[in-house]
Amino acid sequence: MSLKNKLHDLKMKYKGTKMAPAFNALHTFLYMPNDVTHSGTHVKAADDLKRTMNTVILALVPCLIFGIFNAGYQHYAAIDQTLRLDPLGNFFTWENLTLGAWTVLPLVIVSYVVGLGVEFVFATIKGHEVEEGYLVTGMLVPLIIPIDTPLWMLVIAVIFGVILGKEVFGGTGMNILNPALTIRAFLFFAYPTWMSGDKVWVHEAVERDALISAGSNLDAISGETILGTYAQNQEPIYSIMDMFYGFIPGSVGETSTILILLGGLFLLYTKVASWRIMLSAVIGALTMGLLFNGVVDAGWIKDGSNFFGLMSVPFWEHLIIGGLAFGIVYMATDPVTGSQTNKGKWYYGFFIGFISVMIRVFNPAYPEGVFLAILLMNVFAPTIDHYVIQGNIKKRMKRLKIKSA
Amino acid sequence: MALLSKKDRALILDPLADNNPITIQVLGICSALAITAQLKASIVMALSVLFVVSVGNVVISLIRNIIPSKIRIIVQLIVVAALVIIVDQVLKAYAYELSKQLSVFIGLIITNCIIMGRFEAFALANGPWRSFLDGIGNALGYSVILIIVGFFRELLGSGTLLGIQVLGDPITKTGLYAIGYENNGFMLLSPMALIVIGIIIWVQRSRNSKLIEEH
Repeated sequence: MSLKNKLHDLKMKYKGTKMAPAFNALHTFLYMPNDVTHSGTHVKAADDLKRTMNTVILALVPCLIFGIFNAGYQHYAAIDQTLRLDPLGNFFTWENLTLGAWTVLPLVIVSYVVGLGVEFVFATIKGHEVEEGYLVTGMLVPLIIPIDTPLWMLVIAVIFGVILGKEVFGGTGMNILNPALTIRAFLFFAYPTWMSGDKVWVHEAVERDALISAGSNLDAISGETILGTYAQNQEPIYSIMDMFYGFIPGSVGETSTILILLGGLFLLYTKVASWRIMLSAVIGALTMGLLFNGVVDAGWIKDGSNFFGLMSVPFWEHLIIGGLAFGIVYMATDPVTGSQTNKGKWYYGFFIGFISVMIRVFNPAYPEGVFLAILLMNVFAPTIDHYVIQGNIKKRMKRLKIKSA
Repeated sequence: MALLSKKDRALILDPLADNNPITIQVLGICSALAITAQLKASIVMALSVLFVVSVGNVVISLIRNIIPSKIRIIVQLIVVAALVIIVDQVLKAYAYELSKQLSVFIGLIITNCIIMGRFEAFALANGPWRSFLDGIGNALGYSVILIIVGFFRELLGSGTLLGIQVLGDPITKTGLYAIGYENNGFMLLSPMALIVIGIIIWVQRSRNSKLIEEH
């Protein structure tokens, strides 16, 4: 008997019991159901929730693979700086792959196992079908955290994020906040020493630091991000092309702008993500960057000021450093938590870009704010929609009055 | 509990669960978020409110027939203010460190909605003994939530309880810290207190279907 039939039999056996949703989800996730509707009028469309989710995951896979190589590359390059002279030649190597896989894949596995576990438990308790929402979240989470995040922290954060970011609101499609960003925000506020600083972005930098302070004769690893370097009013050691291709330290999957760009184009081509949000977010970030550049050019801010370094970053460079591109393409465009109206999407996206760069410059503790900006705008998305709809109603009422008068 | 009649008993027991001032009426949230990062502060705050609301209820109940109804809010405020100043001075005299930690929030007991709410809703219409029980009951309902929140926030946020390190020493890495455990800094921030209270409300409502409103 094939696995498919076994699953079908299991499903039939548990039909109507509490465990039914769990078996049903397992069956339909792996195979097409044995029984499908044959008669009657039904909309036949391929783009169900599962297909949408899979499209986003496909778009994320290049970032994940790049992130795996980059994890190894950053580790070896931090020990031997000469590797940085030829990033492309030293990037796709076997050592980078094995080390990266060894560090990144556990994050992916833990994220999926814990998150889907919570989903299954809640589906069983509440008696609804298991929803596919976590498939994308589970892939996003390992890509937006530092490489050496301890797994038990990830477990706690995922449980917190899935329950309080999604399940309390009624599950997939009902959530106010993006669950992946809720998880990231929880980690950031709960364990700040593991989420920021110049040691967390490179594998084993923290351990090595501890060994050195204990008296070992080793070279220190420094893996300051570009934003962190700017925040200290220093010039980064990476070239623009390094930043664009992504040979820089950062969260696991957010460094390579070119792959994010490709993933974004794929999402736009499949019409899964909204081009309005992406475009307006880019415009918003550029606007804020230009404003800050203007402030610096006008000489209103002194060379030694805390904000000088970040304010004088060329406005377009904001797009290729830090997590801005990743946030705009994969997380701001989340159809559930974003604005629903077309006009609202312009405002929503614009403020995400605008506020991201603002937080970046003015946040003294942590020079990055994309996830905070998106979470903030998640909260305001329904308000934006409300005013867009009210404005439309008002306009039509006026037209009606003129007609009837 | 032969001392109390069934009706009187309800005065104390109701606010503990089914009519809890924090989780059901959602009053007194401000102080519950601000001072619950440590269990000790929560307990002192709970005791202060217990004193103020029970004594205040008796005082208001005693003079309820001679308060002109037009200025009753002002009279109530004076009674609360007097009691709060007593609490504040006692704390300053006998627990100075703690009083500094609680800072403005002892003074802000005056504005705690639970107190004015009980004066208005109960003490103005009932005798002193029943008002006293009502005050005790509501203050206990408030205290229970404060202590639960304070317990979890201090345990998970600082790894201590009443200032005693129960999970080991985070600096010399003993106990749980030896295997890589770390304190959850989010627990020390007020937003997490709101989330903890939210979880308590969630648990309470899912266990007691009477509390769920019909739509």
